[in-house]
Amino acid sequence: MSEDARWLDGNALGGLLQELFGAEMTAAPHTCQSCGTERPVAAHRVYLGAGTVLRCPVCEQIALVAAALRDRHVVHLTGAWRMEMPRP
Amino acid sequence: MAPARIAWRLAAVTDVIVETPRAKTLVLDVPGWPGHVAGQHVDVRLTAEDGYQAQRSYSIASAPEDATLALTVERLEDGEVSPYLTDELGRGDELELRGPIGGYFAWRSGDGGPLLLVAGGSGLVPLMAMVRHRAAQSSTVDTRLLVSARSSDEVLYRDELAGLAGGGLAVHQTFTREPPAGWSGFARRVDADMLRHVGPAPSQRPRIFICGPTAFVERAGDLLVGLGHDTAAIHLERFGPTGG
Repeated sequence: MSEDARWLDGNALGGLLQELFGAEMTAAPHTCQSCGTERPVAAHRVYLGAGTVLRCPVCEQIALVAAALRDRHVVHLTGAWRMEMPRP
Repeated sequence: MAPARIAWRLAAVTDVIVETPRAKTLVLDVPGWPGHVAGQHVDVRLTAEDGYQAQRSYSIASAPEDATLALTVERLEDGEVSPYLTDELGRGDELELRGPIGGYFAWRSGDGGPLLLVAGGSGLVPLMAMVRHRAAQSSTVDTRLLVSARSSDEVLYRDELAGLAGGGLAVHQTFTREPPAGWSGFARRVDADMLRHVGPAPSQRPRIFICGPTAFVERAGDLLVGLGHDTAAIHLERFGPTGG
């Protein structure tokens, strides 16, 4: 792999996920819809571009796609997510 | 404690410390800062006059026990945010940030050890927060820190690390391009022999944190798995050109 690999990991999405779901989620497990691998969000691959794409580290299946529009986020999730949020 | 929805805050720069020719530490006063855990990061947002915004993540370098928040930023030549932070920002200036962020790449002294910390270049920043936290807590947890840098003048916190070493903290360095004159230590990329030498052995079940450029982190992680370390104990944090 070259030194300038164009992907990061799920740690980079901590701020966005906290904005979307109101809780720390980098340690939350996600199970891949395609291969069944369960890993913390932080251990997934992240591709940043016009939007944000989170992929399974084993099979590259998309786990999350998020696009920030002017007035809202549009988010697409696949697989199984376990989210823990604080109660109001 | 229920964390509130993450809010952007205005931080004031109280000091700028030159760490290396390419890296500076921004010491910040952040009103309402809720505290952090070593290893966490913040998002920094810059807004241009025309409303264009650029956002990047920077690791927190200071220990949770420190009175002020410190970010160490490495200048990336073609970066959109880091040149502003390292070249333009000065004492008294304000900066928009939110955090602390992250719960996976984080260590509290109560989590115990032994610890293996592996840094590639400025990947040392969040690991330094752990080393500083360990010192602030007077922890004696067996900690091995391996720092890989191109040359000795690119090693962050060099003098402070020399002062902290001992009392259960072993600091190892490797220079991949220009070792200092007379250097008899490691002078190559991180490899399996080096990691075996640094330890701890897989049988000691160390908690492992690796931070650096994506390719560095991939390689070090794979090598440690190859040595028999438990994948679940290996915590990785990667940064790259999209992080500048």
